[in-house]
Amino acid sequence: MLTKRIIPCLDVKDGRVVKGIQFVQLRDAGDPVELARFYDEQGADELVFLDISASHEGRKTMVEVVKAVASELAIPFTVGGGINTLEDMKRILRAGADKVSLNTAAVNRPELITEGSNYFGAQCIVVAVDAKYDPDLESWTVYTHGGRTRTERDVMDWVKEAVDRGAGEILLTSMDSDGEKKGFDLALTKAVSEKVSVPVIASGGAGNADHFANAFTKGQADAALAASIFHYKETSVAEVKAFIKEKGVFVR
Amino acid sequence: MIGIIDYGMGNLFSVSKALERLEVPYLISDEPVALMEADGLILPGVGAIKDAMELLHRTGLSNTIIDFAATGKPLLGICLGMQLLFEESEENGGTRGLGLLPGYVKKFPGVTAEGISYKVPHMGWNQLKFINESPILKKVDEDFVYFVHSYYAVTEAADVLIASSQYDVDVPAVVGKENIFGTQFHPEKSSKAGMRILLNFTKMAEERMGVS
Repeated sequence: MLTKRIIPCLDVKDGRVVKGIQFVQLRDAGDPVELARFYDEQGADELVFLDISASHEGRKTMVEVVKAVASELAIPFTVGGGINTLEDMKRILRAGADKVSLNTAAVNRPELITEGSNYFGAQCIVVAVDAKYDPDLESWTVYTHGGRTRTERDVMDWVKEAVDRGAGEILLTSMDSDGEKKGFDLALTKAVSEKVSVPVIASGGAGNADHFANAFTKGQADAALAASIFHYKETSVAEVKAFIKEKGVFVR
Repeated sequence: MIGIIDYGMGNLFSVSKALERLEVPYLISDEPVALMEADGLILPGVGAIKDAMELLHRTGLSNTIIDFAATGKPLLGICLGMQLLFEESEENGGTRGLGLLPGYVKKFPGVTAEGISYKVPHMGWNQLKFINESPILKKVDEDFVYFVHSYYAVTEAADVLIASSQYDVDVPAVVGKENIFGTQFHPEKSSKAGMRILLNFTKMAEERMGVS
């Protein structure tokens, strides 16, 4: 039986991890390699690096970061942010990443999912979906550009299309829960998990270990991703795993 | 020196970086002569078995692998590389493999015998269960390792199964016979257990070099 996965997410800008990470035991808290190693030691099952560089130079630096991380890390990792073409995917995957995550670019041109999936295999292609509940429509709507742009797409339709086009995994972020630390959006996570046949990573809202347990049991997620709760040491990957194991969730 | 076979289908980078972390010298090559001189060979692989076999035949590397296996030096197939070691695969309507291990490769049905559907590929961390003793598992516990695959091996030869993992069926996770080994999971992505397995393989290559 597969374990449920706990995935820390690191935002990288111009080659440096941002968001004020506070680890006293680290010599350089902005070094992606050192942080990656730290989370690996903690029992993280995978890592996600989100490139938030705005400049072309920053994007080029990300390839160097991927190479450095791949040299050190013996667990899988995904890179997202700024991947717009098949060439971008090739650059990142050949630098040693295991998966790429597509968001806005996939919404703008869904064929990109198929191209990547045909070239590298579905297991390499993660489609990231930023979802926000629309009370009038009584369903979730897809947002792009880091949550700034509302689209006309319905989340349930989009995840289905993404998987039909060759997505191997869905990284599902609830914009309603993100940053609130009140738990993952269980209704959204469950609805998407039941809709698609590929693994679903729940994201947005993790505030404590119990929230992770709920994402797996009530939300039926295959993996759960969090950033600040780990970075600010409110809890650790090891603590979360020990807790959810007690709750009967199968972890490594 | 460990040879990594470059036939255009593998994630050579991850495997080579893992060997660098172990401080094991390696070469990545598609040259039969250079590969034959290695103390151990790694056959990586990601993708479709039919494409892989076509490439191995076209480059003549299929013969190199078979000749290398006959020397008694250790050979390790990883993921698709492991599947290639078997006699045949039902992928793409049937493809002959290298035939170094008895058995064949088939796809996960995606539905249990009770009619419950499950996710394919088998992707993520799953636990090893040991079946037969092998030097490849020296100082390895029944730990979790990282899998990504849609096909799995089936073999009648009980001695070939070294370890398995449960995913609807008992999935052969580590296989081997004499000097020929395969892991269905990615040791280079399987944290400490995976690194230990790679180390065990390279030690076998070194030790054999010592006696020859």
